[in-house]
This record gives sequence, structure tokens and C-alpha cells, in this order.
Amino acid sequence: MSASKAEQYRADVLVSCVHDREPGLMPALEEEVRRRGLEGEIRIVDAGCRGFCSMGPVLLIEPDGIFYVGLKPADVPELVEETLVKGRVVERLTYEEPTTHACISYCRDIPFYNKQERIVLRHCGMVNPGSVEEYIAVGGYQALGKVLGTMTPEEVIEEVKKSGLRGRGGAGFSTGRKWESAREAEGEIKYVLTNGDEGDPNCFMDRALMEADPQSILEGMIIGAYAVGAHQGFVYIPFEHTGAVRSMRTAIEQAREFGLLGEDILGSGFSFDVELRMGAHSFVGGESTALMHAVEGKVSEPRPKHVHTTEKGLWGRPSCLNNVKTWNMVPEIINRGAEWFAGIGTESSTGTQVFSLAGKVNNVGLAEVPMGTTVRELVFDVGGGVPKEREFKAIQIGGPSGGFLPADLLDMPMDYETLAEAGSMMGTGGVVVLDDRTCVVDTARYFVDFLRDESCGKCTSCREGIRRILEILTRITEGKGELSDLDVLERLGRVVHAVSLCGLGKTASNPVLSTLRYFRDEYVAHIVDHKCPAGVCKALIEYYIDEDKCTGCGLCRLKCPEEAISGEKKEPHVIDPELCIRCGVCHDVCRFDAVGVR
Amino acid sequence: MPRLKSLEELQELRQRLQKDIKARADTSTTITVGMGTCGIAAGARETMRAILAELEARSIDAHVTTVGCIGMCSREPLVDIQQGDEPRVTYGDVTPEMVPRLIDEHLIRGNVVEEWVVGRVEG
Repeated sequence: MSASKAEQYRADVLVSCVHDREPGLMPALEEEVRRRGLEGEIRIVDAGCRGFCSMGPVLLIEPDGIFYVGLKPADVPELVEETLVKGRVVERLTYEEPTTHACISYCRDIPFYNKQERIVLRHCGMVNPGSVEEYIAVGGYQALGKVLGTMTPEEVIEEVKKSGLRGRGGAGFSTGRKWESAREAEGEIKYVLTNGDEGDPNCFMDRALMEADPQSILEGMIIGAYAVGAHQGFVYIPFEHTGAVRSMRTAIEQAREFGLLGEDILGSGFSFDVELRMGAHSFVGGESTALMHAVEGKVSEPRPKHVHTTEKGLWGRPSCLNNVKTWNMVPEIINRGAEWFAGIGTESSTGTQVFSLAGKVNNVGLAEVPMGTTVRELVFDVGGGVPKEREFKAIQIGGPSGGFLPADLLDMPMDYETLAEAGSMMGTGGVVVLDDRTCVVDTARYFVDFLRDESCGKCTSCREGIRRILEILTRITEGKGELSDLDVLERLGRVVHAVSLCGLGKTASNPVLSTLRYFRDEYVAHIVDHKCPAGVCKALIEYYIDEDKCTGCGLCRLKCPEEAISGEKKEPHVIDPELCIRCGVCHDVCRFDAVGVR
Repeated sequence: MPRLKSLEELQELRQRLQKDIKARADTSTTITVGMGTCGIAAGARETMRAILAELEARSIDAHVTTVGCIGMCSREPLVDIQQGDEPRVTYGDVTPEMVPRLIDEHLIRGNVVEEWVVGRVEG
């Protein structure tokens, strides 16, 4: 019995989220499997992201489906001995459900996973992203075969149109119609492009997808190129996203080696190749015209779009640009049919959406749910709710320029139209959950500050308008605001939206306008009462020690960087508000909940 | 790897590669080997290796998993076979020599080898 014969593997150990967090885990697993003579019987697979970021590194053992979280190399001997040899679950390594504290051994029983519907993330964490063979084994390139073998370009476009697929980069334009106008545009040479410039500060799904399932993106691109009549494609990724760059580069090389890119693909006579282009990371760089400028080697600034890029895009030629998630969905639509896809989600927003869950939520990570799922289902069922049993206050959807929605809208379905009407947007699906200890004025200020940094400066309204909004917001958080500021903010917000050229300026006032719409009281509290209800804005709060709760342990006194706390041992301590810099260390370290904020 | 020149070549390659990741795919058959300390002492690892080799030799798609002691240590190695909705059949004292007949009769012909059965659980 030769150990190298692959067909004898009885179990696959799929390891995710390991390279940056526990680089020693894979070698430790491989070594232990070797030491116990399990080579050729148990295979360790370097799988991509499974989306459960708060729990990484995670590991899935197939075929049983046993799921372990937060692994360290020191756990390896016990894991191999107990689970891989003896078939027993090691309970201390399993996932603990944050609300019930129950230990869950199997991946299929974990709410974070079984409440999701994974189409985009279908292969994430299930295949080795560095192996085109594994992608083919799970059914990869079957859709391409079907397209090249049995469909005309027009039929492909019709199928994508029928599926109702809308661009997942944020704007939500019909993918089929975009392809159609690129196909119909005049010109011998046409291009297809992949937008891998994920610029939102708390989004990581595009990066994760490129790292975990690069072949599906390429397959979608080849199908798209066939449909629009392009023979050259470009994948644009910020060079800082080194993992995504490495993964896409390997994927392109392997696809070429297998004849899935290049001349006469699968003997169909259709030729297409892809080049990887890298640029410096910026928020505005993901805008379609800015991205094409970057691929051309120019400064990545947007241009007016009275002529669409599908007619005159890259080097003035018809170009079809899609987000990585959009390309990735195409093979699945071809395989399973437009009706299947259109049956998921809502009538106008079909399919699923990947959300990056961040902020005050238990299950930080990537979650894919059908369009039209409610905020409550996303945050509480999939996300596991707000940590430390604090109260849910608001959710920001759509990245830094998405609007904030309050708790009364928890049962609102999330689709393109409903979100826009509520003053937010789908965007790329970035989600930040805020609890009752997060100040909405301060959070809006934070995102406006980000947008001010990222504004390219071309339009006066965006360059100067965002700056003025930031100044006013900063003043309010310092307790120096006036009630008339609120009207100025609303007016400014509307002007920035109306006059700016690209999506950045068009959406930049969302954080301010939506918080003014739903949380006006909190602004007023800052301005009139000089109070920050959430206890965040430093100029407006004061830390105090509750005499009844303080045991006089002295921990806060030791930790205070300003020596602002005094008191005798075993006697209640006091904070000197003159010396206090409101860093909050005393509040964080107190074990008796005796430090309060007012 | 030479370039794929046709759709047929892609299909052939997929057929071949699919076997390599069968642990991640659904199969209707699961063979479970008792691998507690008692099972290992009675030679369960050798039995399991024989099962893996036999499945490979006959190109049968089945999952092979291990499980801890279920309490009948005297009859180890214990091997359970479950196919679809059929009852889960437990065989006792399974030595590597018994494996070819077990697989041939139970998995291929669909006849339970009654003389080796120690128990059944309805599926």
C-alpha cells in the first residue's frame, strides 16, 4: 500500500485562516500526521477563508464535519490522537455558541453557517485555492464547457439577464444589460476587467474570495469575455493585498497551463487571456473609470461618464468591468440556470449578498444570505447578536459611505431599493453593528474623516464639502456645536450629493444625513445638554467611581496613566476630573463595575 | 499537465479528480470502524487499512470514519456499514482477512453477512 496514492485518503482536514494567525499550525499538523503514520490516509488541506474571522484559525474535518476553532499548534497532538485516530470529538476545541454557551461539534449545526446560503462563498474553505485540479474536481469549468460547447454569446447574455443578477460592486446595475451594451458597442477590440480594488475600511470579502476561490472568478471572466466578444482581460488588485495577488497570479498560471486561458480554449476556437494589474490602494480607485485609468498606468481619478465605459473604457475601447463576486456568480448561474438564481432573494434583487460583519457583533466574519433577509436575521441569527448582552443601537450598511439604520428598522428586508429608501445603501455589503455604548455622532465623524482622506479632490463640492462637514461634526463632538449647525449639515450634505461627479461624493453625506434622520436627539444632546448619551465623546463625559461598589482594590489607581485616582486601601477611591484625560482605562480594568461614565 | 483540448478531456479529468476529494463529497455509504483503545489493541487499524485498500481496488465510493469505544470491547474490531436508509449493520471481530468478503457481499451484492453480524440499528 503506497502512502502517496491519493485515492486512499479517508479524511480531509481543511485548515483555514492559518497563515497570518498561526503559521506554525500547518507544519505541526503535517508533522503529527507523519509521526503517527497517517500519511496517505489523512490529508491536510491548506484551504482558504471560511469567513468565520472571529474564530480563526478554524479547521473542518471531512467527511464527519467536525469543526474546531481558535486552534494553536499545541492543540495538535491531542486533536490528531483523539479525533483523527480514535474518532472522538475534543470538546474544548469546539465552537461555543455565544448566547447559549453550548458547545457545537459539527459545522452543519453552527447557526453562523446553517443560517447562511452560500453561493459566492460556495468553495471558500472547501478547496485548496492553489490547485486548479481541486476546482475542477468540485465541478469547476463545467459552466465554461457548457457555454463554449452549447451556447451562443447572445444566449449567455440572455441567461444572465434572466437571472436578474446585479453588479455586486455596489451600484447594482444589471449585469446582463452591461454585457449586452459592451457586446453591441462598436469596436474590434474589447476588454473585460475584474474589480478587485476593495477599498472599504471594514470590508474583506473580495480579498477573501480572491484568496480562497480565484478560479471561479477566472471562469466567470472567461464566460463574460465570450459573451461580450473580448479576447483580453485584466484583473486589478491593490498591491497591498498580497494574499489576493499571489492567489490570482497562481490561478492565472495554472489556468493557462491547463489550456483554460489562451488560444483555442477547450477546442472551441475561442481565445482569451488575462493579465494581472496592480496599483496603489485607494477608496476612489474602485470607481470604474478611475480603475481603468490605473490599468492604463495613469493616476486613478474618475472622469465624467456621459460616455459609458461599455462603449469607451480602457484605452477608449468597449470595456466590461465587474466586481469579483459578480464574476464568481456567473458559472453557478450557468450551471444551475437563471430560474434557480432568480428564485432566491426578492423580485428586484435576486440571489444572495455577502456581508462583512464587523463592529459590536459576536460572529465577526463573512456571511452570505439571500437578498431581502432582514437586519435582525443577519445580526442576531447569523451574527450571534451583540456581545456582552449590550443593546443593539444601529447598523451601518454599505461601507464607509453607507447610512445608519436604527433599531426600529431591524425587521426591514435588505435589498437595493429598500436600503436606498431608508437612507442607506447595499454598497459592497460592509456592515458595522453599533451598540448602546457607541456614539453615532462620533462614528459618523470617523467615517466622514475617512472619506475626506480618500476624496481625490477633483470636485470642489466633495473636496471642500466633506471637509466642512467634518469640521462641524468635530465641533459637535467637542460640545461646541450650535443647533443651526444641523441645518447647515443637511444643506451641505445635499449639495455634496447633488454636485459631485462620482460615487464617493454622491454617497459621502449618507453617514451624516442618515444619523440626522434617525438620531437627531443624540445630536441635540451633544449641542444643547453638552452630553454624549453613549459616553464616548471625551469633551462631554466624566468618569466617576461609585462609592458603594468600589472595594478599594487600587487597580484603577495603579493603571491610571495620569495619577488622577486617589484613595486608601479598602476605601472607596475618587477620580480628579481636572487630571483625568478620559482614556477609560479605569473603566476597563475595574472588576466590580464601580467606574461609571456620565 | 498537458493542455485540455476538448470538453471531453475536461470531463475525463474531472471524473479522475473527483475520487481524490471524495471525503468532501456526499456518498451514500459510510463505513465506521471502532477505534477506541480497545479497538486499536484488537487490530482495528489494520482492519481499517484493509478496508481502504479494498475500496480503492474495487473503485467504491464510500466514506470511512472512525469512532470511539461503544462498550462492546470483547467483539472489537467492530465495523459498521450504513448504506442510504438501510439499517446500520454492525459486524464484530473483523480481521483484515474478512474484509474482501464483507465488501463483496455487503456493498456489492447487497447481502448482509449474517454469520458475522453482532447488531443492527434502524436507519
